[in-house]
Amino acid sequence: MSENPDQKPGRNRAAAARDVIQSVIAPQSSIWSSVLVVVLAFVTALVVSAVFIVVSDPNVIQAPDLLTALNVAWQDVSGAYGGLLTGALGDPSTIIAKLSSGDAKVAASAFYPLSETVVAAAPLVFTGLAVALGFRAGLFNIGGEGQVIAGGLAAGFVGFSVHGLTGFVELPLALLAGFLVGMLWGFIPGLLKARTGAHEVITTIMLNYVAIYLTYYFLNTTLFQRPGRTDPISKVVDSAAMLPSLAALNLRVHAGALLAVAVAVAVYFLLWRTTLGFEFRAVGANPDASRAAGIGVGRVIVVAMSLSGGLAGLAGANIILGVQYSVTPGFSSGLGFDGITVALLGRGNPVGVVAAALLFGGLRAGAVQMQAATSTPVDIVQVIEALVIMFVAAPALIRAIFRLRAVRGIGAPTVSPGWGG
Amino acid sequence: MVTDTGGIDDRSFNASAYLGEQNAKKDLGVQIKYLSSTSANDYSPNVDAFVNQKCGLIVTVGFLMGDITQTKAATNPTQKFAIVDYSYSPAINNVLGLTYQTNQDGFLGGYLAAGMSKTGAVGTFGGINIPTVTIYMDGFAAGVYYYNKQHSAKVKVLGWNPATQNGSFSGDFTSQDKGQAIANTEMQQGADVIFPVAGNVGLGAAAAVQANGKATMEWVDTDGCVSAPQYCSLFITSVNKGIAASVEAAIKAAADGSFAGGNYVGTLANGGVGLAPYHNFDSKIPSALKTELDTIKQGIIGGSISVDPKAWQSYAAA
Repeated sequence: MSENPDQKPGRNRAAAARDVIQSVIAPQSSIWSSVLVVVLAFVTALVVSAVFIVVSDPNVIQAPDLLTALNVAWQDVSGAYGGLLTGALGDPSTIIAKLSSGDAKVAASAFYPLSETVVAAAPLVFTGLAVALGFRAGLFNIGGEGQVIAGGLAAGFVGFSVHGLTGFVELPLALLAGFLVGMLWGFIPGLLKARTGAHEVITTIMLNYVAIYLTYYFLNTTLFQRPGRTDPISKVVDSAAMLPSLAALNLRVHAGALLAVAVAVAVYFLLWRTTLGFEFRAVGANPDASRAAGIGVGRVIVVAMSLSGGLAGLAGANIILGVQYSVTPGFSSGLGFDGITVALLGRGNPVGVVAAALLFGGLRAGAVQMQAATSTPVDIVQVIEALVIMFVAAPALIRAIFRLRAVRGIGAPTVSPGWGG
Repeated sequence: MVTDTGGIDDRSFNASAYLGEQNAKKDLGVQIKYLSSTSANDYSPNVDAFVNQKCGLIVTVGFLMGDITQTKAATNPTQKFAIVDYSYSPAINNVLGLTYQTNQDGFLGGYLAAGMSKTGAVGTFGGINIPTVTIYMDGFAAGVYYYNKQHSAKVKVLGWNPATQNGSFSGDFTSQDKGQAIANTEMQQGADVIFPVAGNVGLGAAAAVQANGKATMEWVDTDGCVSAPQYCSLFITSVNKGIAASVEAAIKAAADGSFAGGNYVGTLANGGVGLAPYHNFDSKIPSALKTELDTIKQGIIGGSISVDPKAWQSYAAA
């Protein structure tokens, strides 16, 4: 760490500062035990969800004998999870057949499931990072939804109202607009918390509603609304503002995925390689001690919330410029809240966030295929996700189920200290 | 079938389309599958999933899926599509657009509502301000105005102004609490017949009407006594849209090879739209009113009565 507490103003508070340092740079709990808990939580969630799949099939309950019932149950579960897997990653034999067909488009279609997984994962990376960054600074940003909407609205607006620029200018401009307006949506609760102590959970939730209803308002103004339409739908963004995609190969995957990875690296660098990131983590670990050590806690809260909002805003820009190309109400579709889940599963670590987002992206993409193939409702995926989080949040339960030895410090990452924190 | 965000149990257009598929399964033995969209983000992957499954016919449901269906039909020219509530101009040869002139039976519904109102005011509201919703409201308002003309009455229409094309909307097709709030507001303003055009939101309106005790309502899209039987005693009638029959017809055509793209328009004349039976109100509706409705129906079919609210705007009560 580049920080040395003794160089901070107020040497007499060095002892308190050293506490902060200790808590921040203390060796992380073993990565592997952390990963193990997540994997086991996932397996447990799949098993429990399998029970739901089985009991929801009347054929199992009405089966004449136990053997038939077990057989039907096995077919249900293997069919559903098989569909989930092929929908997320693809079916190996189909992939090989398509790749060896010699036709570029057919070969590309082998990657359709993967492409869908990445498309679903990219915005989750942004919102996951947004929430994780907040966690690190001890802030619970529950307003990702509103920030996604605000960011998407701004990115879309630049995309369809600025004309005559090349993609090298307009696309970054639109992304920047999404980032900045998302930042604004995070800045407000940050400022309110720093200046007045208003809890960010309350203010960010309220700003979600502001964003949702502002969208309805804007989409009914001539500035936004598509000519000839009376329903709330915006104009279509210029092709210069669209994130480049592989649409020519009938794949929806777009450059937003690369951006997501780049931003994840940047957040990692910010948190662990810069003074600002150190301050974030210090404030997250112990705001009082940080203050004693001379860190401007209010400033850190405002900056952290703004950056968190900006990251969520990028998720909105990513959806509008990469997938939808126009703004409609509800385009955020819960991404902000899913970001909380992803951040928790990723243990508040950018690498973990990317992995968790890919996992959830795969579940989402696979769910469509699962229902199309086996008529298992897509909602089962929500159940799986919820159960994964429940088990991850209760590592003691997982350790008890699998009789793992308790590892010190395996609990949740530095999460918001809670009410009044 | 890919549904819009309401899902197959919206008791409205998604439910009707699904009923059409189920009927096709029963009558023709075809295999049916459905995917619900939870947001507009799901439209594309959902359609793709069925394209990959090589379905004989993909039915997309709802005006909001118009653009995506057109795009997918262009990228998959051999795949047959049918879309409920959308038509294309020019027509696309692998897409059958199913639209319905619900202003025709909406007109009958409005006339009936005006005839049954004791307070001299009737109310309507929509889910989202889109043509497939407002066409009902236009017809409804026109029917009320026409009643005013025929009976020198002054029945007011709350919740929709055909001249400005604006009125009360819940903003979605799912929030029952909003339906309850809007219905209550309209009843406070004197309306005693409520006509919600908002799918499941209408259930909220039904709860409000039930609590009110004196008001009645008309259901939309499907026969309310079948799709929402718990509120059957409140429904004077339902303003129907023959989605189920036309979806089944499209599936049948796809199955026997006679499928052709283009546009189908449901009207009173071809039975694609119409009023549902009066059920509990059969004995309460004056027979003179019923006779008038029959005459008007023939007038609309024959073209002598316009269902355009502008034609009767001057009879709107102030």
